[in-house]
Amino acid sequence: MKRLAALCFVLLAAGAGSRPLHAQVTYERIRNAAQEPQNWLTYSGSYSGQRHSELDQINTGNVKGLVAKWVFQSAALGKWETTPLVVDGILYGTAQDDRAFALDARTGRPIWEYQYILPSDIRPCCGRVNRGFAVLGAKLYFATLDAHVMALDARTGAVLWNVAAIDYRKGYSFTMAPLAVKNLILVGVSGGEYGTRGFVEAYDAASGERKWRFYTTPGPGEPGHETWEGDSWKIGGAPAWITGVFDPSTNQLFWTTGNPAPSNRAAQRLGDNLYSNSLLAFDVDSGKLNWYFQYTKHDEHDWDATQVPVMIDLDGKKLIAHANRNGFFYLIDRTSGKLVFSKPFAHVTWSTEKDAEGRPVATRESSPTLEGNRVCPGAAGSTNWMSPSFDPQTRLFYVTAREQCDVFSTAPQEFEEGHAYYGSAYFPSDEALPYWGALRAIDPLTGERKWEWKHVTPSWSGVLSTAGGLVFTGDSEGNFIALDAASGKALWHFQMGGAVNAAPMTFAVDGKQYVAIAAGSSLFAFGLP
Amino acid sequence: MVRAAVVLSAREVFSQSQLSRWLTCSCVAIVFLLIIPGAISAQQKNPFAGDAKAAKLGESQFRINCAFCHGLGARGGGRGPDLTGAQKKHGSTDEELYHTINEGVPGTAMPANGTTGQGVGMTAEEVWEVITYIRSVEKKTVVTGNAAKGGALFHGAAGCAMCHIVNGKGGRLGPELSSIGEARSADSLVESVRNPNRRLAWGLIESTKEFPQEYLSVNVQTADGQKFSGVVLNEDNFSLQMMDVREQIHLFEKDKLKACEISRESRMPAYDSKTLSDSEVQDIIAYLVSVSAK
Repeated sequence: MKRLAALCFVLLAAGAGSRPLHAQVTYERIRNAAQEPQNWLTYSGSYSGQRHSELDQINTGNVKGLVAKWVFQSAALGKWETTPLVVDGILYGTAQDDRAFALDARTGRPIWEYQYILPSDIRPCCGRVNRGFAVLGAKLYFATLDAHVMALDARTGAVLWNVAAIDYRKGYSFTMAPLAVKNLILVGVSGGEYGTRGFVEAYDAASGERKWRFYTTPGPGEPGHETWEGDSWKIGGAPAWITGVFDPSTNQLFWTTGNPAPSNRAAQRLGDNLYSNSLLAFDVDSGKLNWYFQYTKHDEHDWDATQVPVMIDLDGKKLIAHANRNGFFYLIDRTSGKLVFSKPFAHVTWSTEKDAEGRPVATRESSPTLEGNRVCPGAAGSTNWMSPSFDPQTRLFYVTAREQCDVFSTAPQEFEEGHAYYGSAYFPSDEALPYWGALRAIDPLTGERKWEWKHVTPSWSGVLSTAGGLVFTGDSEGNFIALDAASGKALWHFQMGGAVNAAPMTFAVDGKQYVAIAAGSSLFAFGLP
Repeated sequence: MVRAAVVLSAREVFSQSQLSRWLTCSCVAIVFLLIIPGAISAQQKNPFAGDAKAAKLGESQFRINCAFCHGLGARGGGRGPDLTGAQKKHGSTDEELYHTINEGVPGTAMPANGTTGQGVGMTAEEVWEVITYIRSVEKKTVVTGNAAKGGALFHGAAGCAMCHIVNGKGGRLGPELSSIGEARSADSLVESVRNPNRRLAWGLIESTKEFPQEYLSVNVQTADGQKFSGVVLNEDNFSLQMMDVREQIHLFEKDKLKACEISRESRMPAYDSKTLSDSEVQDIIAYLVSVSAK
């Protein structure tokens, strides 16, 4: 009986989609994701990282009537950071503790659920989180808190291959959603808090064989090795824990990196500490580094550059827009890696000057001390890993910003493999109260702020923009909010009962548009009545 | 990386505490305890007692793992009690302190060692070093005031009980103070009396609540011209939940209000030395310490 019901279900769902279910998600489909906006085929919605959708059924005129269509509970606590994928009517997501699931995207009813069994001694620095899948062919790819990369069967959730990338007991883990390009599955490692050595790597999608690995701290004989003091490169951090973007026109993969370790005690790692806090441009096939741009040299404030770099093409220029954790907005020429300009998008005290290339330079006074030193932004940054968006219609870049200063102090600590290696302590600064946040709309060509939507407390939500003239975001008070993309005026909101630690996405099934976001332990899908 | 994610507003710390509560319930913590080398952890006495070098190492561990809530020098912070007093709420012996650090305090923001979602936790040796450090900064609590006089002032002439509940008696416009004498140092209590604006509800954020109540002041005017003054119970961008000065709860949609002013100016008056002498403040502190100890 159950089997019969399941069969009916599949037939119904198959009738619903514009393609037969289980059609292969080819590289060409992902590359041309904009042509099938009913689907969400990669973490940021497309290779550009824009997190923008051409769907406009839900728009400024009717968003007021948006209602909750379904809710899926993960049955787990802790931050839920996933961006689900949708392929032809089926939604694929991951959840806390490396859970995974496939849902009927119209009803939220599970098709299958999967729980990866983690060892008890994993080293997640910042919550037992996972940010989602990559899809290619009929396989789903995710990367786990014990540093494995896995392929699941999209129809059943069965494990097709499972590869240990590296020994998690040394402090390595994965939290990001992989990126599928051609026949490759690309991942970047987490674990900068443990004195690890960061890397970005590529696996063969079919077999799980590793094709290349690029260590983000260069070893002896490699360019950039001289930017590390002594052996500090071996434990220099520079993890790569947010999904990169890909430019098919130049075959370049762009991936960002995190802070050098230990995060704010830099005494034993004199030098620029390449390639920490950098934008790296790789030849995707070989993993060869074409160029790099380092945002924060010799970082002492935990300001990972692990924000999704957003590729935008404006006025004939191929650019990357990047609102950095250090408080500056950077516009970079993505063909050459040259900085176009940098400008603060939040309150910044650490830099008053720029170098010859236009890059902000840290003042001597901003270095942490044993007793503590107040610096803005704080360690959580002016933004963090939450996804920004770019809307080609308004030509605006939308980013979740945070206003908080911290007292940065050092805490001398010996390195011990597999053990937390912070060497530092942060305290929110009294004078900075109250901390607050805002969604800011920035003109990427000038860095000028066009509008802002203030959050009561700082938000950890990403942003989605749509051709319906809307920007969607969430807040820590549990609201999901639709704003007018041109003016920043709130047009609709819904109280979800849990803080948002994820980014919204949108899809359509049977010609009906939905907007989805995780909040608390629930994944919500909204649509028109 | 996002270790900073834990270095956040109080609100976000609560979601962390939820996580740690959940982790405490799961077997993860138990398994973790089992893999700690048994010999040193099983001790009931601190093997490093009085060892200055261990205290120094412990200070570093304290800054990394504890100071975010308990403050630099263990003097208390916005989220955790002052630990420089000899009397600890959840037990003051070496064995009890070890237990509190390793297993956390269920139902509070105090997580079990290694379950905060950051780090792998401290080794048994490091926990003992932290305890050695805490011992090195402990001060003998000197209560100079008269608790009986202080109780009379608190519930009478000084007017404290108009807004603060102690042991079930008092008003609702300020935080409950039944256990504040243990959580906060005398100096910081004096500061709160003399200059309440300096730190709103400092150290009083209760982990069992999902949101921080700072008792911000609020004045609203409704569309039909009614005015209400009181304290914020909660708010978001769209709604306000408040208690007025008559202790009535009001619920508003912000966009329907003619005016809504929320300020970090405390409703509590700053008691200068003419209103409340230094010795009277000490009497009240003695009262609060005496009720906390019960």
